[in-house]
Amino acid sequence: MKIAVLIKQVPDTETKIRIKADGSGIETDGIKYIISPYDEFAVEEAIRTKEKNAGSEVTVISLGPDRCVESIRTALAMGCDKAVHVQDGGQDFDSFQTATLLSQIIKNQGFEVVFTGKQALDKDSGQVTQMIAELLNWPQVTVVEKIEWQGNVAKVTRRVAGGAKEVYEVQLPALLAAETGLNTPRYASLPGIMKAKSKPVEKLNAADLLAGATAKVTLSNYRLPPEKAPGRILQGELDKTIPELVKLLREEAKII
Amino acid sequence: MSNVLILAEHENGRVKKSAHELLNIGQKLASQIGGQVEAMVIGQGLNDLIQDLGSFGAKKVYAVENAQLTKYNTVGFAKALAASVEQAKPSIVLVSASPLGKDLLPRVAAKLGSGLANDVTDLKINNGKLLATRPVYSGKALVDVTFNTDLQLASVRPNSFGAGEPQSGQTAQMVPVAVDLGTLPAMMKELVQGKSDRPDLTEAEMIVSGGRSLKSADNFKILFELADVIGASVGASRAAVDSGYAPHDMQVGQTGKVVNPKLYIACGISGAIQHLAGMRNSKVIVAINKDPEAPIFTKADYGIVADLFQAVPLLTTEFKKLLQG
Ligand SMILES: Cc1cc2nc3c(=O)[nH]c(=O)nc-3n(C[C@H](O)[C@H](O)[C@H](O)COP(=O)(O)OP(=O)(O)OC[C@H]3O[C@@H](n4cnc5c(N)ncnc54)[C@H](O)[C@@H]3O)c2cc1C
Repeated sequence: MKIAVLIKQVPDTETKIRIKADGSGIETDGIKYIISPYDEFAVEEAIRTKEKNAGSEVTVISLGPDRCVESIRTALAMGCDKAVHVQDGGQDFDSFQTATLLSQIIKNQGFEVVFTGKQALDKDSGQVTQMIAELLNWPQVTVVEKIEWQGNVAKVTRRVAGGAKEVYEVQLPALLAAETGLNTPRYASLPGIMKAKSKPVEKLNAADLLAGATAKVTLSNYRLPPEKAPGRILQGELDKTIPELVKLLREEAKII
Repeated sequence: MSNVLILAEHENGRVKKSAHELLNIGQKLASQIGGQVEAMVIGQGLNDLIQDLGSFGAKKVYAVENAQLTKYNTVGFAKALAASVEQAKPSIVLVSASPLGKDLLPRVAAKLGSGLANDVTDLKINNGKLLATRPVYSGKALVDVTFNTDLQLASVRPNSFGAGEPQSGQTAQMVPVAVDLGTLPAMMKELVQGKSDRPDLTEAEMIVSGGRSLKSADNFKILFELADVIGASVGASRAAVDSGYAPHDMQVGQTGKVVNPKLYIACGISGAIQHLAGMRNSKVIVAINKDPEAPIFTKADYGIVADLFQAVPLLTTEFKKLLQG
């Protein structure tokens, strides 16, 4: 099976976000970067799929600046076989452009199954997987929490509202977007890290793959959310504070 | 060309609340661009839904009646939505940022070549165009989205706008939409219903949530008892989920669900940044924690420093007194 996994490098989830003075984005100096957590589930699932299907190969693909090679190396150290780094040339692409250029690579390199995270934990747009699927005319399943392989058919469980689940049978080629709980990502072992250093990383230029796609949306005016007024700690014994809380929820907050 | 078209989700023959919300905000936006709000429905047995949508403001309802679309199917629904858009020619399309909406709308955006803002919490008209605001970096920042295309698509986070009231005498005209589905890949084989009949966390108006400190799945019972009294859904921190006290679909946070309730009661939850990412938008936050230094107190509107095993049952009793007289 020819497997691809798409990863994005994002700020560590502990990062305190600061906004550039002109609101054009966030301040990036001093930020530690990681593989976006949902993409980590995707990497793990890609490697497990390879392990279950003899003769398979996993290619990790990432679009971003030079620094994202670190995340690519992490994925290689976990067990991916090779990589494609699409250099963004310092440009910020919208989801449609990203989907267009990634879909070109998927088509050109003949992948049969592509794993992604359900959304990247930076812009949180959650659209690239579905857009690629449409551009390639492939089926997609997003918010995937379980995959069972029966030959070339994937039985895929998708988590929906209220604990309900949808079960799909998907013929390849297909795109599958990972949700929490799909698996527990492995740590890169020391031999894995050593091996990763010699695994091939192909470099491509984003601009060459855009196929004329222009941005459909513009993001501007990044800002911090309005601060909430500090809350109130109710002091005293529970037989006093609990009735007080209920009263406040009814009379002050008008919730109950 | 200046109408707003909303996708009305329905379940068990009834229009979902999210559709009423979309009609309400859709009507406001439409009036500012000199148009009207219209709805579309997909599935079977749609006639009964028309009147409801009309009473909530839809002037026309585009209906794709198709036996192949009684269960959700991304490719089929995308074709149906695209066909309705081509017929209705709106300038704005709104869907709920539900599991269905978030799966579907990006596919439609790529099909129609139009801009999309996903999971928005605010919508305005600026110079005749849509301006959408959405949280980014797990809610740590906000950004404005503007569109470079004539057709503008957005999915709207549940509970971001009110639902409005139905008006008797307001009716909608039904417009059938024909669509050629071809063969559909990835058909859903099975829909496994959730065990719970509570609203999903993402749609819940009230949530009681518990953390690692609950110590067992069994102890979550005290949260369910509280939830039952006020009609809430029950959530959990990742630590509680990882410890096996609660299933994954109860997890609130950065890698869990992003919730938008009126009331969030956090019981024995420390308030880690990744948990806050999921619940910081809650209108009112109550924290019960025995550690007065717990970070959750800096985000809470009301805090009680106490052992949750004492405080929660007392709270349940107090709410019972109030609500059940
Ligand atoms: C990439 C990443 C993603 C993550 N995603 C999420 C996510 O989606 N959701 C999430 O929740 N976390 C997430 N986390 C984990 C997060 O960092 C915290 O570890 C987690 O939220 C802690 O859960 P907790 O508050 O239940 O547990 P703890 O941190 O152990 O806190 C327990 C709290 O309970 C209090 N307590 C203990 N006993 C009692 C008692 N008897 N009565 C009252 N109070 C008591 C303690 O004072 C403490 O404040 C993520 C972490 C990472 C690295």
